[in-house]
Amino acid sequence: MNAHIASRAGVRILARRVGEWWHGLSRFQQWGVLVPLVVLIYLLPVLNPPLLTTEPGTDFPIAMFNAARMALIAIGLNVVVGQAGLLDLGYVGFFAIGAYVAALLTSPDSALGVRYPWLVVVPVAMAVTMLSGVVLGAPTLRLRGDYLAIVTLGFGEIVRLLADNVEPLRGNRGFQQVAGPPGTHADGSPIFTQTGGTPWYWLVVTVIILVLVLVGNLERSRVGRAWVAIREDEDAAEIMGVPTVRFKILAFVMGAGVGGLSGALYAGQIGFVNNQKFDVVTSVLFLAAVVLGGAGNKVGVLLGAFVISYVPDRFQAVAEYKFLIFGLALIVLMVFRPQGLLGARQRLLARGRDAYRRLVGRPEQVVTKGPTPDSGRGVRT
Amino acid sequence: MTGDRGRTESTEDGVSPGGGIVAELGRMTGEERRAHEAEVAEAVAPDREIAVDVGDTLLEMRDVTVRFGGLVALDAVSFGIRRGEILGLIGPNGAGKTTCFNAMTGVYRPSQGQVLLEGRPLGRRARHQITRAGIARTFQNIRLFGEMTALENVVVGTDARHRTGAISALLRLPRLHREEREAVEKAMALLEFVGIADRAADRARNLPYGCQRRLEIARALATEPKLLCLDEPAAGFNPAEKEELMALIRRIRDDGYTVLLIEHDMRLVMGVTDRVVVLEFGRKIAEGRPAEVGEDPAVVAAYLGVPDDGVA
Repeated sequence: MNAHIASRAGVRILARRVGEWWHGLSRFQQWGVLVPLVVLIYLLPVLNPPLLTTEPGTDFPIAMFNAARMALIAIGLNVVVGQAGLLDLGYVGFFAIGAYVAALLTSPDSALGVRYPWLVVVPVAMAVTMLSGVVLGAPTLRLRGDYLAIVTLGFGEIVRLLADNVEPLRGNRGFQQVAGPPGTHADGSPIFTQTGGTPWYWLVVTVIILVLVLVGNLERSRVGRAWVAIREDEDAAEIMGVPTVRFKILAFVMGAGVGGLSGALYAGQIGFVNNQKFDVVTSVLFLAAVVLGGAGNKVGVLLGAFVISYVPDRFQAVAEYKFLIFGLALIVLMVFRPQGLLGARQRLLARGRDAYRRLVGRPEQVVTKGPTPDSGRGVRT
Repeated sequence: MTGDRGRTESTEDGVSPGGGIVAELGRMTGEERRAHEAEVAEAVAPDREIAVDVGDTLLEMRDVTVRFGGLVALDAVSFGIRRGEILGLIGPNGAGKTTCFNAMTGVYRPSQGQVLLEGRPLGRRARHQITRAGIARTFQNIRLFGEMTALENVVVGTDARHRTGAISALLRLPRLHREEREAVEKAMALLEFVGIADRAADRARNLPYGCQRRLEIARALATEPKLLCLDEPAAGFNPAEKEELMALIRRIRDDGYTVLLIEHDMRLVMGVTDRVVVLEFGRKIAEGRPAEVGEDPAVVAAYLGVPDDGVA
């Protein structure tokens, strides 16, 4: 028991130290750490580091692509679950819609009979999923908490059942030869293939960086504040003038767009879409990535997604028991660190660092300190 | 907590010698401080027309009835709130004070009757639209956004008047930067106004109770209300804190706001309000100046119990 408490305190102190160190650095110093780190991340599949590698079980670049894809999904889901606090158990529905739109518009098996280029298809896939986000969100977002979770669970199932039963969606037979991004090597062979994970990995990492910037921009604005306010206390938010329904739909739409994008990327890489990969368990896995890493915290969510995707690839012997392991890990985490691995709060003001230094004379309180005994009597947390 | 502050201050010295408004305040002389307070008041209420149309009716409750099933929580209550006054709403527990509040701010819809703001019925407006129309409130049981800093809590209030949408935010258009800058300045001025500027960077849930109450008032003021409704703001305060709160409420009124105050503490109500409305069992039983109401036999019988207790 004592060892328990000690290790628990150890983890917390470590996370806090890292957080404080990072937030104590200047912008310039942060870039100095970030740039080499990003370069290293880009180089991972090429370096194929000995201890980290998933081979011979899984092709390492493919494993890294899958981890990156999971990370992208987690970022999208984090907008809904982490920021706005809307429990979405049907996120796989958006992922499926993105994949199916890509398949319908590029595969020769499609009844539509069109073969649009991939670059055209991706924005279309995102637009369709965002629209489906509005369709799902507008009537259901008046619900709260558990009720909303159940409706979204139903949404995910509806999408899967449509894929099973609607004839033009081809059920189990699926769509072959879904298109990928254009581009060929000097010798004429295509860059993006089903077997080569590296170019796909680079593509997804680049997309992740872009999405992180955009989502970060939303976070540090009125939109992000509205989301967190809704998460913290929806009634109070509304009474403070936040149009809650509108911002909840916006969160759904943003999350859906990222989900659709990752679906289209997934379909392109595999080259094949059928009804098999879009069940509830996949939704739960997505959610586990967000909760494990720390809902609301973008870096935490990236970490969580990496763990969820990488562990079964790396340790093939335990891959069969992955749900058991993740389940146990989540229980342990919820007991000892309910805010997730990295629980730092998000910044909610554009140029907030400058504002705090200039006006308050010290930086804002960012790092989570865990439950404090002296925290206010009135605030419900 | 203290260790944290020590650390940040030591790094701060190297960055900017100013150390922000808080440090500056400490260095000010009395006169400089008064000048600065005037500035703050100006920033808090930039376009309020002080003493211009004091006296006309800002908000009117017209025969408002609220029923929950068979229970009549509010029975045809009518009264007006005049611009620039502090109106107290009092009554024994369960008299319908908070229901009255909720009917005003759109939490409940009146079963009958109307609430009119500046002569226009609030009708079926959504709650956030009522806030934008100019009614802001605090909560009896504090409801802050606990994970946000004090400053961010207030900025959420200012967002009620902002127009930045998802597109401007995504692409960081100039409007976003202008609104953010103004919002932060204003929020900081409000925190100073209620006296918790030094806690601006702390998370709301880590603030002491008194600061949380003050932060709620700052957040409500940030929505630029015409009418500020305070629901038992002194609950849980000791006498010294109550004195400070009374001073704050007066300053808010002097700044040009109209204030509706629900309060149990008779001393506070009698000391700070211009007029008082008394509810009992969902009905209005008296209305008038505090001293008059305190001597009204119906009020004494219903609420004050022992006559000596009245204006004690």
